[in-house]
Amino acid sequence: MKLRANLVIGGALFALAILVGLLAPWLAHTDPIMDANLMNAEEAPSWTWWFGTDGQGRDIYSRVVYGARVSLTVGIVSQLINSVIGVALGLSAGYWGGWWDDVVNALTNLMLAIPSLIFALAIMAVLGPGLTSLLIALGLTNWSFTCRIARASALSLRSQGYVQAATVLGYGDMRIMITQLLPNMLGPIVVIGTLGMGSAVLSEAALSFLGLGVRPPFPSWGSMLSEARDQITTAPWLSVFPGLAIFLTVLGLNLLGDGLRDILDPQSRSRRT
Amino acid sequence: MTGSPLIEVEDLRIDLNDGSRKVPAVESVSFRIDRGETFGLVGESGCGKSITALALIGLLRPPLSIGGGVIRFEGREIQHLSAAKQRALRGNRIAMIFQEPMTALNPVSPVGRQIAEMFVLHKGKSWREANQLAVDALASVRVPAPERRVKDYPHQLSGGMRQRVMIAIALACGPDLLIADEPTTALDVTVQAEIIELMRNLCAERRTAILMISHDLGLVANVCRRVAVMYAGRIVEERGSADIFRSPSHPYTQGLVASLPRLGSRAALGRTRLKEIAGVVPAIASFPDGCRFNPRCAQATDICRTTAPGTDLLGAGGLVRCHHHA
Amino acid sequence: MLAFLIRRILQTVPTVLAVVLVVFVLFSVVPGSIVSSMSDDGRGAADPQVVERMKKQLGLDDPVYMRFGAYIGKLATGDLGTSFRTREPITTMIAKRMWPTLQLIFAALTFAIAIGVPLGFVAALRPGGIVDTVSMVVAVSGLSMAKFWLGLLLMYLFALKLGWLPSFGYGDGSLKYLILPAVTLGVSPMALLARTTRAAVLEIMTADFVRTARSKGMSETRVVKWHVMRNALVLILTTMGLQFGALMGQAVVVEKLFSWPGIGSLLVDSVLQRDIPAVQGSILVVVLFFLALNLLIDVLYGVIDPRIRYA
Repeated sequence: MKLRANLVIGGALFALAILVGLLAPWLAHTDPIMDANLMNAEEAPSWTWWFGTDGQGRDIYSRVVYGARVSLTVGIVSQLINSVIGVALGLSAGYWGGWWDDVVNALTNLMLAIPSLIFALAIMAVLGPGLTSLLIALGLTNWSFTCRIARASALSLRSQGYVQAATVLGYGDMRIMITQLLPNMLGPIVVIGTLGMGSAVLSEAALSFLGLGVRPPFPSWGSMLSEARDQITTAPWLSVFPGLAIFLTVLGLNLLGDGLRDILDPQSRSRRT
Repeated sequence: MTGSPLIEVEDLRIDLNDGSRKVPAVESVSFRIDRGETFGLVGESGCGKSITALALIGLLRPPLSIGGGVIRFEGREIQHLSAAKQRALRGNRIAMIFQEPMTALNPVSPVGRQIAEMFVLHKGKSWREANQLAVDALASVRVPAPERRVKDYPHQLSGGMRQRVMIAIALACGPDLLIADEPTTALDVTVQAEIIELMRNLCAERRTAILMISHDLGLVANVCRRVAVMYAGRIVEERGSADIFRSPSHPYTQGLVASLPRLGSRAALGRTRLKEIAGVVPAIASFPDGCRFNPRCAQATDICRTTAPGTDLLGAGGLVRCHHHA
Repeated sequence: MLAFLIRRILQTVPTVLAVVLVVFVLFSVVPGSIVSSMSDDGRGAADPQVVERMKKQLGLDDPVYMRFGAYIGKLATGDLGTSFRTREPITTMIAKRMWPTLQLIFAALTFAIAIGVPLGFVAALRPGGIVDTVSMVVAVSGLSMAKFWLGLLLMYLFALKLGWLPSFGYGDGSLKYLILPAVTLGVSPMALLARTTRAAVLEIMTADFVRTARSKGMSETRVVKWHVMRNALVLILTTMGLQFGALMGQAVVVEKLFSWPGIGSLLVDSVLQRDIPAVQGSILVVVLFFLALNLLIDVLYGVIDPRIRYA
């Protein structure tokens, strides 16, 4: 019963976030960047300004709505990059073994030796702020877990009868990997991907908070909180809503990931508590 | 003292709670064991022998629970004692050793400490004294260099050594009853004999009664003076060990005896197949009506399918539960 | 034990070298050379003459492998280079900020362990009970929150509204300055520890040796104290080990949020000011620190679980 609740609530929160992002131009009350008006600066939440206004008189509600676009783009795209890298490296390493496996293992260990947010931060330092940099930095630094799972299942699947049968039939390596191995490891990969999206959303927020992500005035939940910190005495509501948006989105992804795991990857329930 | 048994089980029922209802996994089980006696409980896996043992020592855990009947230890009912009083008996007066000595010992605790716990728990010793006594206990189960071995962890010992440690733990407080649940099943054949011998000698010295549980009728009959055969949650026959081989009465027992290889027989030499009992043990929730053995029994008649047989007395204190017993 | 330790330390050497290489390559070979980023004031191209002079000064015209050799050589003597901005040796800058970071991490871990582990035990002893349900909800929420948001909320409540604690800064280094950052940083490891402990205890309670312990006539409290705790610790340590990476990353954010003068805020400030040697240096130190923590975990494993020592 509990599994269903995870899945339903998580899925609903995530779907809501996506809808908000897609429908941002219709949901927003004002333009999130242009409509600054110092006459309305630091208005508390009210009937007119649902989430209040910031120091430049911009509508926080509209900015939060548009912020969903940044968070979700970064979350989804960067995790997709991670999944592709992780699966490609892990699958081929597990299937081919040999020196390639050693190389991939060394790479994975290196990735695990550098805390991923620190690594992303270093990449941001080189590339400079911006959405593309974010996608690259977060897309290249969080694939090690996926890689390990893909490698382990390729290793165990390799010796299965049907894979060997495919080899005997003269299927190419690529074809075997994609048609025979990949479908059988998709469950755990999807689960890790969903949870990874949540942490990518958090990382984006953290980097933007540090001033290394999306450049102001473009609205990102992280950078909004960064501005909010300086006005926490005069306009505490600025700190509430962007954070709440992050929280609900990530909560949705975490619940969805847990729920999917119960369905797709039941053996691993003890692996990650 | 001669008249009263050490432990007496009367009409014991053990329920399995499967969420919606309670199904009896063990039913109408009665037996008694005298002081210093050796008693065997034999049956296939799932027949209820192990949970009967757990009930005696008070270790049934949900979804299993005692559903009825009486367990008397030295004439006193123990099944409803408070948790603290049960604990005072457990380990101290009634001890148990388990099948798998690797997993039955704590992997991250030295074996000496695991023995010493007994003296701290039941004899009020300090850890220092208890550790000393643990060395003696290890020596008594013929472990060489016990003063060094006490510091070892289970993974550093062989299977046979681990089971010796288990015996040392079980006998540490000089219990009156030792329950041995398949004590040698997980061991090499050569080690089995040593362990059985050791267990039997130590218990004989201390006048500790043994309740031995096994699927191996031959082994049990070899160790025990009396044997009860369990099938699908009920005792179907209880006899002296010699009698059960000479003249098994219940068709199930007959099948068991026939399936045993005998030294020098054609089967043991591989010339004929051992006899098997056809069919499988029924699951707890789907025990058949009447005699539970009837679907597998060659002698089954209509009455076997409708009415559960009562216990009939045989000679020399034997009991059997069959409409058509020999 | 000592041999185990030495072997384990030797195993990390290649990793450290690889990390050094990555950090070096990242900032030297990637487009946009150090000098132009250094002298770029954000408005346009820098004076070519200035660029040339600086390149020569820094030996940037040498081939990459020579520069790497020189870099390694300096590292071996503990020289991390000189800051572009302050002209101070990086080693000195980092040394000054080491202690606050250690304090913060240690305090956060203490908080996480002191609350998370007992919470997990209590939850496991009554699965489905109030403590269990509440701690699960808190754990899932804790993991889904942006740490700096939580920090902002705590700052608002305890510093600005209630006035119990200072809102930011290191102050005189006293405990009251440490509490908010440490709690902020400790919340998610605490949540994870609670969940892991719960799962570990529940799993261990079904083990055969727990049944043996009960057959000895032990009370449940003693069963947990004598036989479950140590085994659970093995699993708890594993989770902690996996958490350190995230913890180090979050420490950077939390330090920045609370203006905590540690290595994390040095790293962020250096990145924002494009002070490349300082960035390289602080990343290396953070990674070394992270590896040291993992080493510590492995040693603790050996202490707690005898099977590992001899394996």
